[in-house]
Amino acid sequence: MCHQSVGLVSRAIERKGVPTLSMTSAHSITTSANPPRAAFTDFPLGHTCGPPDRPEEQRSIMHDALALFETMEQPGIVELDYSWPAPWKEEARQPVDHRTPRHDTPQYQNQDDRSAAVAAHGVGVACRPAAPGDIPRC
Amino acid sequence: MAESDPRPIDYIALTRETYAGLGYPPYRWALNEDPPSWATLGKPLSEARLGLIASGGIYRHGQVAFTHRDDVTHREIPTDVDTAEIRVTHFAFDPAAARRDPNVVFPIDTLRSLVAEGTVGELAPMALTFMGGIYSQRRLASELIPVLVDRTLEMGADAVLLVPV
Repeated sequence: MCHQSVGLVSRAIERKGVPTLSMTSAHSITTSANPPRAAFTDFPLGHTCGPPDRPEEQRSIMHDALALFETMEQPGIVELDYSWPAPWKEEARQPVDHRTPRHDTPQYQNQDDRSAAVAAHGVGVACRPAAPGDIPRC
Repeated sequence: MAESDPRPIDYIALTRETYAGLGYPPYRWALNEDPPSWATLGKPLSEARLGLIASGGIYRHGQVAFTHRDDVTHREIPTDVDTAEIRVTHFAFDPAAARRDPNVVFPIDTLRSLVAEGTVGELAPMALTFMGGIYSQRRLASELIPVLVDRTLEMGADAVLLVPV
């Protein structure tokens, strides 16, 4: 879904005359959304820009991706020459619903964040209830 | 060990199969058969102001977090932010790696290093973030996209990098 949203945002910005480049690790979704420029990294979802704590590899990936602003001459998806340590695909191909419940109140990473947001914005905003009269419950 | 099937994972087919197993109707993915617009960078990347838009449910400590149900708001994070203040929540991917190192979905240190070495001219003052798991393409198009477009133009970005998860 994220890849679809990004593809649609990308098309809208490019329509205003600003060139865009989308990273993608979901080739089929990006193909369908059809943004102007995409750089494909064949990585598990959640690691679009590379493996964690590997700044040199991340920098190299981003360097190759951004070069596409200067080298691509027509829309498309370019596959970057990086791979993720195998095997990961067989498990990722299982039709298992990994989604967590889609709560309609703000979802904080931790209690500290929640407290900081409440202090800055008030509980009514930071823990926006789902409907008027609901008790804030984030 | 090699992959038994090295092809990219077809997430559209996989989602269809997963939803069918749950008794859900198939999701209607955006299918844009018309070619996208095409704009060119009128200057070298090394002189360009680059915008960053990330859809991984990223916010900064102190900001209101995203909801997980078609949240069409966005957050703005200064591109000189302390990376330790970056947070990630999402309902559709495992955020463990992104919480350890936000750069995997919000490449802020990566881009700052590319600016420092001269590959990129500069970053737009604010990165724009949102929760990309928006099922309603109508609400995305009518409520969120116009805001992201306007902010991008207001910040004078010469090019924009987008990062989904």
